[in-house]
Amino acid sequence: MTWVLANIEQIWSLTLDHILLSVPPILVGFLLAVPIGWLAHRYRVSRGVLLTVCGLLYTIPSLALIVAMPTLLGTKILNPANLIVTLTIYAIALMVRTATDAFDAVSKDVTQSATAVGFGGWRRFWQVELPLAGPVLLAGLRVVSTSTVSLVTLGALVGMSGLGYLFTNGYQRNFATEILTGIVGTVLIAIVFDVVLVILGRMLLPWARVDTAARRNAKTATTKAVTA
Amino acid sequence: MNAIAEAVAWIGDPAHWTGPDGIPTRLAEHLGYTGLTVLIAVLLAVTLGLYIGHTGRFRGISIGATGALRALPTLGLLTYLAIAFGFGIRLALIPTIIVLVVLAIPPLLAGAYSGVESVDPRTVDAARSMGMTEWQILWKVEIPLALPLIIGGIRSAVLQVVATATVAAYISLGGLGRYIIDALPVRDYTKVLVGALLVTLLALALEGILILIQRLTVPAGVRATRSA
Repeated sequence: MTWVLANIEQIWSLTLDHILLSVPPILVGFLLAVPIGWLAHRYRVSRGVLLTVCGLLYTIPSLALIVAMPTLLGTKILNPANLIVTLTIYAIALMVRTATDAFDAVSKDVTQSATAVGFGGWRRFWQVELPLAGPVLLAGLRVVSTSTVSLVTLGALVGMSGLGYLFTNGYQRNFATEILTGIVGTVLIAIVFDVVLVILGRMLLPWARVDTAARRNAKTATTKAVTA
Repeated sequence: MNAIAEAVAWIGDPAHWTGPDGIPTRLAEHLGYTGLTVLIAVLLAVTLGLYIGHTGRFRGISIGATGALRALPTLGLLTYLAIAFGFGIRLALIPTIIVLVVLAIPPLLAGAYSGVESVDPRTVDAARSMGMTEWQILWKVEIPLALPLIIGGIRSAVLQVVATATVAAYISLGGLGRYIIDALPVRDYTKVLVGALLVTLLALALEGILILIQRLTVPAGVRATRSA
């Protein structure tokens, strides 16, 4: 604890770096995965191709992708973009599957009714399909958020900032407290992100809590994402 | 893309196929860790998952726990266990296997309980009314029907373990991760890429094999009703 207090400034700045490295992959991953997931849901041909590609991308071991990024992007090894692009790819790969399921789970009767009362494709997507897919999308986003925050620590192996630095530095100095601080910090960031997402979900999807079908679908989505 | 050609040439060089740092040795080490971990984790997690799925007890807790385990940063756990318990460099295997087992548990557990839960309750009731004991129901009805999902959990666990075993090279474990971790500090980016390529190929190959097994384990009766 004394060590933590003595080094609080450095820990705080590493925490901020960690957050800055985690947020872009989560946000960009989500924003790209939703339209891709919708395409996979909508068209049979794209479904097979998109889901297979995502499955393959998700198979690539994380460290391998991080260290291969300089070759693929032409960046320097210390460029944070290597980590951010890698984690965005994972976020998309994981999220597309959930998004596809989310749109699949929207009842056909509802979308047909929407069309029948005069909703065009665009308005139907924004006002009917997207809100109804919301609870499952949120469940997937929570899994993506948690695993991204945890994966950012791998950046330390290639010399990037973030709480992972406490792991490599602590290991070299043979100092367990430093490593433990990093673990606790990483888990805390993951929890804070999760709480923010849950609160956003309550605000944007107020019906989801009483909709038992939505809750069941969200639970299944979490299980599926964990075993993805 | 020149770098990739160099990496492929490196892999093709016969000199890199012998000795303690040769590709066959590193590959065997990697597969060894993966096999040992998955064996231990399957014994623990699948047993527990079948119990949860069959009895319906502790379901909520296990969903929460599988989510929370994902938040734990693997590099942090590895380095912490490696020094906190003084296993040291020579015994890097023990902390590594502990961490790998911990990581393999969530997908295995989720695969097993969601597999058993996915079995139609009417099928289970029918088995019970025919006089089957709970053990018989589990072994002759639930496990065969849940097998594809259980194998799905194993597939996901194997991939996670292959990826994390790569990271474990940091705490001086063997395996394909050695190429990446050894070459990074000396900026031998060809060798880094070799490690990344080999571990990716291994992951893809294992994924392919396990998907095949997953397909083959669908019980004949289920396959018949599906195609009908």
